[in-house]
Amino acid sequence: MEIPHLVTLVTFLPAATALALLVIPGISEGLCKKAAVASTLATFALSLELWNGFDPTRTGYQFVEHVPWLASYGINYFVGIDGLSLLLVLMTTFLMPITLIAAWNEIHKSVKSYVFFMLTLETGMLGAFVALNLFQFYVFWEVMLIPMYFIIGIWGGPRRVYAAVKFFLYTMLGSLLMFVALLVVYWLHAQQFGQLNLDLVAAPGAVGPALLDTTIPLAGQAVWWKTQTWLFAAFALAFAIKVPMFPFHTWLPDAHVEAPTSGSVVLAAVLLKMGTYGFLRLAVPLFPAAAIELTPWIFASALIGVLYAALVAMVQTDMKRLVAYSSVAHLGFVMLGMFAFNLEGVKGSILQMVNHGLSTGALFLLVGMLYERRHTRLIAQFGGVAKPMPVYAALFGIATMASIGLPMLNGFVGEFLIMLGTWLANPWVAGASAFGVVLAAVYMLWMYRRVFFGPVENPENRGLIDLDLREKLVMLAVIVPMFWIGVYPDYFLRRLDASVIDVLRRVESASQAAANEPVTAGTERPARSAGTERPVGAARAERLERAAGPLAFADESEVTR
Amino acid sequence: MIPLSHVIWLSAALFTIGVIGALTRRNLIVILMSVELMLNAVNLSLVGFARAWGDLGGHVFVLMVIAVAAAEVAVGLGIVISLFRNRDSVNIEDVSLLKW
Amino acid sequence: MVEAHAAALTVTPSTLLRWIPLLPLFAAVVHGVMLGLLRRTMPRSGVVALSVGAVVLSFLVSVVAFGQLISLPEGQRVLVDDLYTWIGAGRFSAEMSFLLDPLSAVMILVVTGVGSLIHVYSIGYMDDDHREDKGFQRFFCYLNLFTFSMLMLVLGDNLLVLFLGWEGVGLCSYLLIGFWYSDKWNAYCGSKAFIVNRIGDFGFLLGIFTLFAALAQAGHPTVTFRDIATAFPAIAAQTVAMPGWLGGGEWKLATLAGVFFFIGAAGKSAQIPLYVWLPDAMAGPTPVSALIHAATMVTAGVYMVCRMSFLYAAAPGASALIAWTGAITALFAATIAITQTDIKKVLAYSTISQLGYMFLAAGCGAYGGAIFHLATHAFFKALLFLGAGAVILAMHHEQDIDKMGGLRKAIPYTAVVFLIGVIAIAGIPPLSGFFSKDEILLGAYTAEHIPGHRMLWAIGLVTAGLTSLYMFRLYFRTFEGKFRGTADQLHHVHEPAKSVLVPLGVLAFFSAVAGFGGLPQVYGDWFGIKNSNSLAHFLSQTLGHHEVPVSHSEELRLAGLAILVSAIGGALAWWLYLQAPAVPQKIRENAGPLFRLLREKYYVDEIFDVIFVKPLVWISENVLYKGVDAGLVDGAMVNGSAKGVQAVAARGLKYLQSGYAQSYLFFMVAGTLAIVGWLVS
Repeated sequence: MEIPHLVTLVTFLPAATALALLVIPGISEGLCKKAAVASTLATFALSLELWNGFDPTRTGYQFVEHVPWLASYGINYFVGIDGLSLLLVLMTTFLMPITLIAAWNEIHKSVKSYVFFMLTLETGMLGAFVALNLFQFYVFWEVMLIPMYFIIGIWGGPRRVYAAVKFFLYTMLGSLLMFVALLVVYWLHAQQFGQLNLDLVAAPGAVGPALLDTTIPLAGQAVWWKTQTWLFAAFALAFAIKVPMFPFHTWLPDAHVEAPTSGSVVLAAVLLKMGTYGFLRLAVPLFPAAAIELTPWIFASALIGVLYAALVAMVQTDMKRLVAYSSVAHLGFVMLGMFAFNLEGVKGSILQMVNHGLSTGALFLLVGMLYERRHTRLIAQFGGVAKPMPVYAALFGIATMASIGLPMLNGFVGEFLIMLGTWLANPWVAGASAFGVVLAAVYMLWMYRRVFFGPVENPENRGLIDLDLREKLVMLAVIVPMFWIGVYPDYFLRRLDASVIDVLRRVESASQAAANEPVTAGTERPARSAGTERPVGAARAERLERAAGPLAFADESEVTR
Repeated sequence: MIPLSHVIWLSAALFTIGVIGALTRRNLIVILMSVELMLNAVNLSLVGFARAWGDLGGHVFVLMVIAVAAAEVAVGLGIVISLFRNRDSVNIEDVSLLKW
Repeated sequence: MVEAHAAALTVTPSTLLRWIPLLPLFAAVVHGVMLGLLRRTMPRSGVVALSVGAVVLSFLVSVVAFGQLISLPEGQRVLVDDLYTWIGAGRFSAEMSFLLDPLSAVMILVVTGVGSLIHVYSIGYMDDDHREDKGFQRFFCYLNLFTFSMLMLVLGDNLLVLFLGWEGVGLCSYLLIGFWYSDKWNAYCGSKAFIVNRIGDFGFLLGIFTLFAALAQAGHPTVTFRDIATAFPAIAAQTVAMPGWLGGGEWKLATLAGVFFFIGAAGKSAQIPLYVWLPDAMAGPTPVSALIHAATMVTAGVYMVCRMSFLYAAAPGASALIAWTGAITALFAATIAITQTDIKKVLAYSTISQLGYMFLAAGCGAYGGAIFHLATHAFFKALLFLGAGAVILAMHHEQDIDKMGGLRKAIPYTAVVFLIGVIAIAGIPPLSGFFSKDEILLGAYTAEHIPGHRMLWAIGLVTAGLTSLYMFRLYFRTFEGKFRGTADQLHHVHEPAKSVLVPLGVLAFFSAVAGFGGLPQVYGDWFGIKNSNSLAHFLSQTLGHHEVPVSHSEELRLAGLAILVSAIGGALAWWLYLQAPAVPQKIRENAGPLFRLLREKYYVDEIFDVIFVKPLVWISENVLYKGVDAGLVDGAMVNGSAKGVQAVAARGLKYLQSGYAQSYLFFMVAGTLAIVGWLVS
């Protein structure tokens, strides 16, 4: 059965439900929650259609929809899925209903508002994953911030306002720099092709070339760095803050600790992936030469993230903070794999994005369950919890093992591929990051031991009730995929091939082009001609073709369902 | 014919007087009058240019400005009266509450 | 020395192999779901039927597979079971596939065989469990999971499946050492084991990457053992330039990879300096110690080195490192063992020492000898541990040998089997330990390519003497002489259940006769048997032939020397601990500091704590967290910039908002004039 406009449906169904809940009067709290869960489940079911209908052998985007909006400015409604976003969209739609079910008993005040914010958040996230028009991407990128801000700020812990404001301002700062860079790219594109277009790739039936066809000059009048490098850095900063990479990571522990459990889960599982996704979708394809040039910096930051965050995690006293720092470490791995620029590393990186969502999501869910019972997350308050709550201990143990990369679970596959890919690019960095594997075991097992093993010293822990059916189902729903990905990851890895190869080809041709032509290529200052038609000159076309390499861009604009 | 420059100079002088008045006088009604003066100075220069270049657009715009000025005076005086009723003063230094 | 062997060219598929690990896995999953999710326990008989049955069944399948293997012609004995592609990205592809060749055949027989016996033993041992957090079913769940992991390790067709089993046994050892988790110390020991193992795993991963990268560059990206062995000659001579701060120069790639892999092996098989987890692992139940820390898991490192024998044959530097580390570890551990008074600690250090022997053999190129000793050690060490367990049960969880003595009269069966184990490990012929240890010593004696190999042989010899000394000491202090405990304890001493005694008997039998499976030719000639070293012959397909360039008479002389040394050790123990018990007391008094050094295991744990653990934690807390994260990044950068903006706004900018309309008007006018001025200019 072919469903038309599947992507739009998947993206906006949550928001539509949210709006309906807002507008229709007299809906009880219970009904709100049920409606939200139903809506997110429906979204998930629809996204399974996407999964099934996805053809892994084809390059380019599938399920494309293109509706001109402000066509003269090049701002269109342009969505599509490819290998990079498929897994992430699925992960988002999968985790949202789970999060809502897990938070069933957690939220007591203003349930309607809460549900509204969660649903709009889901739409925001999905919109950013499927957006193919740069303006649209930016809009959704910013849209995600607002519901998250409210979720942290209203339903969070004692320092929630500080955490929410910090999160919002920090992320927005990066986004603004990205916006400036976006405008520069917009302008350059207009310069080179004479028309305004913010579509990332050529839309179906489009006349003009897309943003990815723009030649971003490597030289230019910019100070000290070349133009492309500045632009990449601006985009990278926005994404680096989101990932988060050292030293832009300090908003994360506060945001995670103060957010309610469901907020933390969504934040860790999905929002953080926005950053890594942004790198892969925008920063690297638009500015491949700069990406290669700045790789040492990215490696350094990611490596420090892996080791430093692990060491800091070790000495945390709050369980949630510890898991937050572990997120920084995990995503450091993801960035390492990504910038290794080989198939092993990038595929491992994308898989690890999903893995991290599952394992860290599971950990946050579990910590939340304990918090619901004891209203504290301090490790010192616990000890010997395995006795009153053995099921909880077992599931927490599995999540811990997934987090530290035990084979048969998902974390190992991603980490191994990342380290292998990074080794093929730079053995030293990979070797150092492999030590992160040891540190991960140290901090996770230490926490596990202090919380679960030993005698039950604190009398408040004696009467703890083990997980009920709802909680068990929620955890099972997260843990079964962990085993699935751990035992049969090929099912997921297979779908990434075409898109990743595409990105890598772009990078490779850029590095070849940079090697062949010295910096003199971009010294011509684009003349300041506003809006007049500039036919693409022969020399320019030739240069474009050389930069593009053997892969012609023609097959990117494929109209599918 | 009156040379254009005379008209412009007069207009500029009137405008300047209006600006100085708006900046230095303390009585709200006098400030309003100064603003009126500025508007009329601009009217004068518009008429002058319209005459010099034979463009009717200038005259049309003057009529618009007069209409807007009238409306603005009405509203402005209304505010002054309301202020006076509440504070018994039309001194601008007495209405500086909206500050840091 | 070691002949290069051509990789087997014909491969026979077999769907039988997958069942060997899957049967225990199935049992573990059933237990796991029941306990971990449903909170329902099975009756004990059910648990036994499922778990023990699964492992025994696995053993039977292993035997059948072994039969399948030997039915194939010599040199072509390779069975492969390829399930599916596990991880694949780019050039890297690792299948979930199993390999049965002579080496893994020996391993699965040992693992499932000894494993079955220990499973049976555990029925009796864990039944007697009076502790708070007992868990009969949970124990068998973990034990099954361990068996599964170990079988994955030895059946793995490629480095990645091996690594899967490698980490899996690490996990299970963590779960089993800390089995009685209500005791903080047990939990700590479990964590310590896992983390020290992980440090080894770090080295292992580096080895995989190094090897794969080199192979990929040479055009053979693979991690499958057979393919690596075939493709290895292409990179055997490659060198890697080391950076200045590591000493510069060129290292052989094979040596680098070999060293990395050995770090992994050192972690798993408790060699210096990563052995510190094994003595503390004795906190777990005794069957765990027997299975994991004597018979199977710790031998994973030895197996891995032998599996990669083609690599080490081309890496003399790495082989020398292995041989020397093994020898020094053997000696080091033996010196500690003679002072320990906990029955399990003695056996733990003995294990470390015997593992050192295995690595000594592997390093010297006598891979067959290493595997031989692996197998015989599995038998007699498991026997010794299980016997110790029987003693502990009899003494109601008393483990201090100073409180034992004369138990032979109360538990004669246990005493006899224990004695058999002691004689075996001491290397007294014709029990198995003699033959396997001798093969190792001979290998060291003739390893011309290892610098100082005669010294290695001497160390091995001395250690053999010490081994005999501390093992007989253990036997005499426990079973002979006068009973030193309380009358109440003595009253309760009795033989344990049948399920405990039968495995002991079986193991005693194999400890006695297993040596004849690897009978050196010199003895074979006495009985007119050609090719008497059937084990070495069988393994030669995988491990190559190891020719021994010594004459039979010299071999007999060396053997005689070893027997002599062991006999002296035994006699010394007999005299010190039975005839003249005052002498050890006097030695202890006179050599106080030396004795304390040995008794406190050279304070290695304390040294590691001071050098590594405490500084790391301190730096992480104060420098990294409070200093950098909270202070620098968050404080100065984030909050600092916020405070800076706030300061500027609060102290300067806000005064612009005077509320005074005319000042606003003034700024408007001034601004307009400025813009107009700029436009005009």
